[in-house]
Amino acid sequence: MIVFEHIRKEFGGRTVIDDVSLRVEEGEFFVLVGPSGSGKSTLLRMVNRLVTPDGGTVRVDGTDIATLSVEPLRRGIGYAIQSVGLFPHRTVGDNIATVPRLLGWTKAAIDERVEALLGLLHLDEPGMASRYPRTLSGGQQQRVGVARALAARPRIVLMDEPFGALDPLTRESLQVSLKAIQRETKTTILFVTHDMDEAFGLGDRVGLMLGGRLVQTGTPTELIRAPVDDVVREFVGGARARLRELALHPVAERVRPGDTCDGEPVDAAASLQDALGAMLSQGRDRLPVMRDGRRVGTIALSDMVERAP
Amino acid sequence: MRALLPAATLVLLLLGLPHAAPWFHAGWPSLSHPLYVRTSFVALTVSHLLLVVSATALATAIGLALGILATRPAGRSLLPTVRAVAVVGQTFPPVAVLAIAVPLLGFGAAPTFVALVLYGVLPVLGQTVAGLDAVPAAALHAADGMGYGRWRRLIDVELPLAAGPIMAGIRLSAIVSVGTATIGSAVGATTLGSPIVEGLVGNNTAYVVQGALLVGALALTVDGLLAMAARGVGR
Repeated sequence: MIVFEHIRKEFGGRTVIDDVSLRVEEGEFFVLVGPSGSGKSTLLRMVNRLVTPDGGTVRVDGTDIATLSVEPLRRGIGYAIQSVGLFPHRTVGDNIATVPRLLGWTKAAIDERVEALLGLLHLDEPGMASRYPRTLSGGQQQRVGVARALAARPRIVLMDEPFGALDPLTRESLQVSLKAIQRETKTTILFVTHDMDEAFGLGDRVGLMLGGRLVQTGTPTELIRAPVDDVVREFVGGARARLRELALHPVAERVRPGDTCDGEPVDAAASLQDALGAMLSQGRDRLPVMRDGRRVGTIALSDMVERAP
Repeated sequence: MRALLPAATLVLLLLGLPHAAPWFHAGWPSLSHPLYVRTSFVALTVSHLLLVVSATALATAIGLALGILATRPAGRSLLPTVRAVAVVGQTFPPVAVLAIAVPLLGFGAAPTFVALVLYGVLPVLGQTVAGLDAVPAAALHAADGMGYGRWRRLIDVELPLAAGPIMAGIRLSAIVSVGTATIGSAVGATTLGSPIVEGLVGNNTAYVVQGALLVGALALTVDGLLAMAARGVGR
């Protein structure tokens, strides 16, 4: 659990964080989203004390972190950044083992953990652990960066635009991996991005930062449906935000069970956005839905417009 | 391989020169003593090498320490001064340093040692600063974020990443020392410069040739060995 209480920060007389209070719950995937310079990275870096607030308190699990010593605090918190920052003189395995080594784990425990993480992040091609970072693709490097952040099983992980420099396909595959790992391990993740789709796709809750202020906090649906003002509405995407919302709901939520129709089927686990795309590309307003290889019903274009409860 | 040929040449010269009197006789018939025999070539080489190794070791320690100090947050303000001293130091000719050191330290190996250390510090210092400055900022940021302490970060991350430039500095320092130590014989140090200085003073070209051959082979050997070490360090 991370709690920010009335955080303030100035750089050179300019206020970059203006009275921000926020509570990130245990096991929550919380995304701070906002344009460059909105203060989101600065806020994130206060959690592991890379930045010290000028006012206010940051608490981790109830303890004011200003009272803790810096190095143990940081070793207990995972950290991944956009520029990855892998150590070029160390192999993939040694990079991942960084924090466990700092914590003095036994070699056997470290080896086992590295092996498990390589599998978890789909880095399990033979010889991967002994390769050097410069021989990896950008996506692989960031996978190693994420594995390194998770290595010591931290209960809190900070991620600062970790997928910002990756191509869309690689980014999406990493987002899927990360979300699955987070669900599985119940890790508390504080994630920073400027990409709305990424924020809504990953976050259990999202905090929108503009000009150093946290203007709205809520679930993706809340931000889309009930923006607190026109600025948020515009930032979230206006009426087009509803297209984003389609990405948040699986086909399974709107399926008409038992029905059948013609057309290339969509998977029940796919998003409504995927289903809409499939309808557009097939030129149909109704498609069959599959689950585990069996047809379970249909979804129609009109189902995209949510029926009143 | 780079060290093998010069090293083999050096060994051949050390074994062969003492028996080469007839050739030097043939080359310089006018000289009554064409082969330097006051001290054995092996003893001269060992003494020369000891001087160079000890001076380079001390110069490396000082250069590394100053370079590390000047790149720490607390020492950043020293950096311009350190750089200026390094540049000015390099402009002093070695002979001038010897000339100043002799009245203070007397004749012999001591003033030579001081001159070698002073000269040797500069390349190591310059390369240490350059190497540490070139460590990727992202790696340092990540190291801090993961909870490295300052010392641990220096030892585990910064120095290994700066090892290439630092080794290049040590190598340059050692090579300069091999050459400069030769001049030390002018103030009484026993080095491979002894036959050269004596040959120049006594108009004995054969002595000069013998000393020069050995110094040249020694310099190439030291350079080759350090190049091998640098490759080992740089992976």
